[in-house]
Amino acid sequence: MNTPVKGQIPSNCDAPGSETAAMTTTKMNLLQAVNSALDTAMTANPRVVCLGEDIGKFGGVFRATSNLQHKHGELRCFNTPLTEQGIAGFAIGLAAQGSVAVAEIQFADYIFPAFDQIVNEAAKFRYRSGDQFDCGGLTIRAPYGGGIDGGLYHSQSPEAYFCHTPGLKVVMPSNPYQAKGLLLAAIRAPDPVIFFEPKAIYRASTGEVPEHDYELPLGVAEVVQKGTDITLLGWGAQMIQLNKAAELVANEGISCEVIDLCTLLPWDRQTVADSVRKTGRLVISHEAPLTGGFAGEIAATIQEQCFLSLEAPIARVTGLDTPFPLAQEKHYLADYLKIVEAIRATIGY
Amino acid sequence: MAVKNPPQKAQPERDKKPERDKKPERDKKPEPNKIPQLDSQQAPDLITAPVFLHTSSLAIPTLKQLQADGELYPGAAVAPMSSELAIKVYTDMVYTRLLDERMVGAQRQGRLSFYLTCTGEEASVAGTIAAFQADDMVMAQYREQLALRYRGFTTEQFMNQLFSNVEDLGKGRQMPVHYGCRDLNFMTISSPLATQIPQAAGYAYGQKLAGNNACTVCYFGEGAASEGDFHAGLNMAAVLKCPVVFVARNNGYAISTPSSEQFAGNGIASRGVGYGIKTIRVDGNDILAVYSAAVEARKIAVEQQQPVLIETMSYRLGAHSTSDDPTGYRSREEEQQWRENDPISRMKNWLVKQNWWGEEQEEALQAEFREEILAQVKLAEKCPKPALGELITDVYETPPEHLLEQLEALENHLAKYPDQYPNLGYAHNQSQEAAK
Repeated sequence: MNTPVKGQIPSNCDAPGSETAAMTTTKMNLLQAVNSALDTAMTANPRVVCLGEDIGKFGGVFRATSNLQHKHGELRCFNTPLTEQGIAGFAIGLAAQGSVAVAEIQFADYIFPAFDQIVNEAAKFRYRSGDQFDCGGLTIRAPYGGGIDGGLYHSQSPEAYFCHTPGLKVVMPSNPYQAKGLLLAAIRAPDPVIFFEPKAIYRASTGEVPEHDYELPLGVAEVVQKGTDITLLGWGAQMIQLNKAAELVANEGISCEVIDLCTLLPWDRQTVADSVRKTGRLVISHEAPLTGGFAGEIAATIQEQCFLSLEAPIARVTGLDTPFPLAQEKHYLADYLKIVEAIRATIGY
Repeated sequence: MAVKNPPQKAQPERDKKPERDKKPERDKKPEPNKIPQLDSQQAPDLITAPVFLHTSSLAIPTLKQLQADGELYPGAAVAPMSSELAIKVYTDMVYTRLLDERMVGAQRQGRLSFYLTCTGEEASVAGTIAAFQADDMVMAQYREQLALRYRGFTTEQFMNQLFSNVEDLGKGRQMPVHYGCRDLNFMTISSPLATQIPQAAGYAYGQKLAGNNACTVCYFGEGAASEGDFHAGLNMAAVLKCPVVFVARNNGYAISTPSSEQFAGNGIASRGVGYGIKTIRVDGNDILAVYSAAVEARKIAVEQQQPVLIETMSYRLGAHSTSDDPTGYRSREEEQQWRENDPISRMKNWLVKQNWWGEEQEEALQAEFREEILAQVKLAEKCPKPALGELITDVYETPPEHLLEQLEALENHLAKYPDQYPNLGYAHNQSQEAAK
């Protein structure tokens, strides 16, 4: 199993046109890494097209598409009218034609008008045509997650809705290095990919990112920290809370193995199961509500595959089964303290 | 502003007598003093009292060129159609009518699970598709099998899809009539209505980027035009200047819902103007009017790189589908009136007048088509179903591990209960034998 290490170039990753000597890294935040990935993809392939609301001259409300229109032209990076179902449908058509469409939905909260196009169309395009047509060139990027005083409609984590849809790939990076490598892989994947970006850490998460072209493999989890007592699993911005919790309980002598799932569909069952067979315990954490959340799918699979290894029930630390609140945001979120409590309870079971 | 024009109804004019008896009002040029103040060139820039535009402000004429008896309207500017093309268009219309009749019959006999006919709307589809090039993409709804036939889809290919056998290009996954053909640039049909409309805009945008002078023709019905995707697709096509021709088949009904319960405005055409799209309304039972409009529409799309909207006014002569019974929501008298206004007989009258067609050819052709269709039904229903493994292919480009595991589990289960599930190779064949 490939477990890329931050700041290093995994041997299995493509670096087209780059000589080892020329590989330099720059300190970037997650947003800059996304921008660098888009620029890299558009430079490498003239058929890559970016579209969405306010992404043109303005460069996006988060500046993720900054400078792309200036550099690659108005035909390849353009504003669309304000219609999410239109953006998704248009991008599917572009991809079916043979272009590589990278569509932005301004907030993941607003992806639902495009749900029909994504679930009934994009996901089923290849299957229903007997592989005569596909929209594998489609990537939909959307900033997701809470922690920014976003209230109900600037905070949601809708990944579980899409993980229930065969035909899609769902990817969620947690740091700048991953964001660039996974986004480049998503853009070039032969299947439609939903790429959720953790907007709470767009600027807060920084790290060394290669300036050149590289990809991180989809469907492969990253073991962030080796451990022996318990496995902590999460994705996206939640990795910050998990890492913090792991650090805190280390002082109590609890050795956590921390895993970043990176790709939710299809997810890396092997890496998680191997870890749980070793540690015997699992805590899964996500921002989204508990019921129907993706932690439920992972818990069911792991209890099935690791039944004899489990020494405690699998714990899920998630958002509440409520809409995402504004005033009580800090109380609602599955923060590191809640995770610490779950770790202690699981260890002490 | 006074209402000087009666509201233009976009619904098919059911009570109207055949055209030759009376010249339709829409052919008259509106008198200058009766033009409502909507045209920006004529409307004042400023009004100082709240005067509202009337809902009938936009007068939309209907293009008609061919009369029911096969004579052209005087002055009709018809796009040239060679005898060769005319006969191809006509025979494809006849073929589709026969195919539809035979397959409805096959469905009634229980040989087929489902079917949808194009009956009554053959000219809307034939007249448009004939104006496009082979490398133009077709993105259709589900009532446009004629466009496939026009491009060379064979009877065998139709049957393979309808009977979801191993030879089906779609690998037997979709309901009948959900055709698609890469080689013929006919995008695979899907059931969700109107989803293909913004996709067509995007596809056409890709064609514009590719610079290959191809365009996309996108079909949908007047019911589908109520979906949000219609709004999204037309607006995006207009703003992003996509070379796509939208063909709205206004056949008066969406299943049981008459168009009077579908929209209150002036049909679909009035909306095209609202989006800034060049728009025309044509008599959908008039093959020459439809063809003339489509030839010009393609020219605008490709040469000017912008969308066009054609609204074809016609009537869904058949049931919505084999699961539908129209007697519950419309009268036989109404249907009969439209049957007399059949697009196929109108074209035939024209062909006969050109001395391009005769009864003998007609009879021979119909006999040949009937025989061919029946023979292919028999072959297709005996053809085995796709293999079990095709259940998991094409979900992704490469089946992921979890799908391989699920297939393996299914295979193990089937091995344990070999007699409890249909044999994909022969079960259908056997059930047909048993039925005889």
